[in-house]
Amino acid sequence: MAPGPVVDRTAQNVERVSQDLRSVYSSGKTKSVEWRVSQLKSLLRITTHYEKDILEALRSDLNKPELEAFSHEVYGVSSSCELALKELHRWMMPEKVKTSMINFPSTGEIVSEPLGVVLVISTWNYPFKLSLDPVIGAIAAGNAVVLKPSEVAPATSSLMSNLLGEYMDPSAVKVVEGGVPETTALLEQKWDKIFYTGNSKIGRIILTAAAKHLTPVVLELGGKCPVVVDSNIDLKVAARRIISGKWACNSGQTCVSPDYIVTTKEYALKLVDALSCELENFYGKDPLLSNDLSSIINSRHFDRLTKLLDDEKVSGKVVIGGQRDRDKLKIAPTVLLDVSQDSLVMNEEIFGPLLPIVTVAKIEESIGLINTKEKPLAAYMFTNDKKLKEEFIRSVSAGGMCINEIALHLAEHTLPFGGVGESGMGAYHGKFSFDAFSHKKPVLQRGFNGDVAARYPPYTPWKLKFLKAMLSGNILSILRALIGW
Amino acid sequence: MEGHSNNIDLEMEMKELRQTFNSGKTKEESWRISQLKNLMSMLVEKEDQINLALKQDLGKHPVESFRDEVGPLIKSVNYALKGLKKWMSAKKADLPLAAFPASAHLVPEPLGVVLIISSWNFPFGLSFEALIGAIAAGNAAVLKPSDLAPASSSALAKLINSYLDTKAIKVIEGSSNVARVVMTAAAKNLTPVALELGGKCPAVVDSLSSSWDQKIAMKRILSAKFGTCAGQACVAIDYILVEKKFSSTLVELLKAAILSVFGENPKESNNIARIINKSHFSRLKNLLNDPMVQASIVHGGSLDEDNLFIEPTLLVDPPVKAGIMIEEIFGPLLPIITLEKIEDSIEFINSLPKALAIYAFTNNEGLKKKISSGTSSGSIVFNDAIIQYVADSLPFGGVGESGIGRYHGKFSFDMFSHEKVIARRSFLVDFWFRYPPWNDHKLHLFRSAYNFDYLGILLIMLGLKRS
Repeated sequence: MAPGPVVDRTAQNVERVSQDLRSVYSSGKTKSVEWRVSQLKSLLRITTHYEKDILEALRSDLNKPELEAFSHEVYGVSSSCELALKELHRWMMPEKVKTSMINFPSTGEIVSEPLGVVLVISTWNYPFKLSLDPVIGAIAAGNAVVLKPSEVAPATSSLMSNLLGEYMDPSAVKVVEGGVPETTALLEQKWDKIFYTGNSKIGRIILTAAAKHLTPVVLELGGKCPVVVDSNIDLKVAARRIISGKWACNSGQTCVSPDYIVTTKEYALKLVDALSCELENFYGKDPLLSNDLSSIINSRHFDRLTKLLDDEKVSGKVVIGGQRDRDKLKIAPTVLLDVSQDSLVMNEEIFGPLLPIVTVAKIEESIGLINTKEKPLAAYMFTNDKKLKEEFIRSVSAGGMCINEIALHLAEHTLPFGGVGESGMGAYHGKFSFDAFSHKKPVLQRGFNGDVAARYPPYTPWKLKFLKAMLSGNILSILRALIGW
Repeated sequence: MEGHSNNIDLEMEMKELRQTFNSGKTKEESWRISQLKNLMSMLVEKEDQINLALKQDLGKHPVESFRDEVGPLIKSVNYALKGLKKWMSAKKADLPLAAFPASAHLVPEPLGVVLIISSWNFPFGLSFEALIGAIAAGNAAVLKPSDLAPASSSALAKLINSYLDTKAIKVIEGSSNVARVVMTAAAKNLTPVALELGGKCPAVVDSLSSSWDQKIAMKRILSAKFGTCAGQACVAIDYILVEKKFSSTLVELLKAAILSVFGENPKESNNIARIINKSHFSRLKNLLNDPMVQASIVHGGSLDEDNLFIEPTLLVDPPVKAGIMIEEIFGPLLPIITLEKIEDSIEFINSLPKALAIYAFTNNEGLKKKISSGTSSGSIVFNDAIIQYVADSLPFGGVGESGIGRYHGKFSFDMFSHEKVIARRSFLVDFWFRYPPWNDHKLHLFRSAYNFDYLGILLIMLGLKRS
């Protein structure tokens, strides 16, 4: 089917956006400290003055409880802005490096420079934070930026478009709203970096499009984040933390949420009891009525999740929850016990309020089980056993890991947040965001003194001897070579 | 069919590599050290074989081979052996007090099985430099050397088979791919890539007044063009930018330096490498075919197709739209572009895609700053060229069209590692207000916690501050 006029207009619009941003970037405006600071301050103002509107948009898109919306999204963005404002001067400073004897005398430093015009493609589950956190990094690093928010969270997308359009510098920071046609048109253009948050299927499409222009990318993807639950632990606290990281994070629609649990056959029932008890404390006897649980984002995902529940391979395995309300797009916190490896729920990223428990005879087997799957964005273990913990850290590869906690590492801006393998490439948060959107350019300075004739043709045996001595760094050999010994 | 059986062999080799990696062998510090030490023995014991292969493929002089390939590799293996323990160790990071008590570490781990696709101009240097990083980081590796340098490719395979652990490190010979194709193929598997590409590396030459500075600058420029694989190097000087008023002096200086370094008959000097093959020779010959380019030649220009030799050639102001000023030259042709003011070099450089390196020969600190902040490139070197390649503390890599990712020194180790975050907590101390059911009181506590207002939290909890 030939592209219709709407698609053509989209492609034209997007091409103009890209060209406009390039000429603004070439003017050097976005490189100045003043511009970066002014933009970061505007973002901070938006986050603080419009907090109510942001919380409302998140309630509208995701039925997100205010407390989750505040602590995960609004606070997340305002603290990133504040950190960037506080640290910008330090981040922008060149890093001096020691240069070796081979290049003596010389001085070296690594200078951070912006990449140019960058594209941030965001997602729907934390639509505010996952759009603006990367944008903060892009601006702090001195780039011009296009943000493409997810159309699946339309209220937040529209709010961001309005607020950024009004308060940010529209010549260098643009928002392009829309769906597949707009994203496709954007990916045809050349960008100096693409930052994508989403799933690995689209991740491949982004990377293929980036390859055409040799554009470097950051892909923040997902995966099945496992939680290994050992015995001899404080089960009540563990249960609370698991619940907190699963259902109190957007009803499990979070890239670092526990996807499945692995525990011993013996311990499983105790775990189920503890989860059941704490879930009732958190959400009451009828969770579908609780205002503290996010809804499923849309009917497509709702149907996807109920299909996992209705898979005949897991019939009879629901031990907690299972209730659903299609009109309200709500699914109660649901735990399934003893699911088989070939069930649907164990073969895709769940991204919802279903938590399967897989049982093993000995807890050590959990590691082998986890390693049959792709590398996840996060892996968790609750244990007091030092040896088990060390084996887990040594043998399981994941973006990040937490022991006795869930998702803690996201809270800290000094830790890089990103995946490995199927869960992604690149990292950000804190200074890592600044670095993700920078080119680290080494600058090596020499004078005209201190020349080593041995480097130049015509080549002679003496020069070879001298070079060998220089490259070995051995002072004695250098002296010997110099004297001609 | 050969292609089909090659695929099956490849599948089996990959399977063996994965098994080796999964066994955990390559992660052991002792394995990494033993492989690096074996690599060192290989470089020291087989230097002659390596030189012979390079002479056959590229006509390289053994001193050039040592200076540019074997020597830097010896340096890099030593650097890796020295730094390995520290590179492998976990780094501590802080967590906010609100998470107390907790601790966090960054642990580097190998990516798994990695592929290194190398080039023909520094066949040993470029393959092994990356391999050093891959081994140091604990990976299994496949090396795919370039088929355009067959003697080196075959020598490399033999050397790796005799010195290294062939269950973990394999060589695959065959025809090569280009960057975009590689990245597109990698996209199918979400494989992260580093692409070390090229570009037109300019050398800005300011009007140098001191004859000493002039002499040194000429030697360095010549060496970085004609003296490094006959200009077939990603970091070789591609073209020169100079002010009109200094240009004729520059040409005379360059001519004199060529004479003094390479003699009356550079071909006989044995100090300049050959062009790699007939196809690249034709490519370079074509760059000179344009009559206006021909007219701009001021020195050299003679071609010997049988011996794949091109004389060091200087051109002044060939047309900027000619092939020689659009594509990466990768050969011993040195265009000199003249400008009204030396500062105009910045605009000129920016009209071309970002290069792997920018060189500037000048004592003017103001000009240096302008160039550094006004242009973007993989790296910048003032008053010299190519030496950034041997600096372990500086990352080596491109930006934009000149590449993605970086290596050398610890950057090689990092390139082949995943830095895994580990955060730990104990079961003691839980802030009860983290959990639902939610209410305004808890929200208020959160606000105080996130503002690190611990006094506020205390007061609220004690009931002395209203939420």
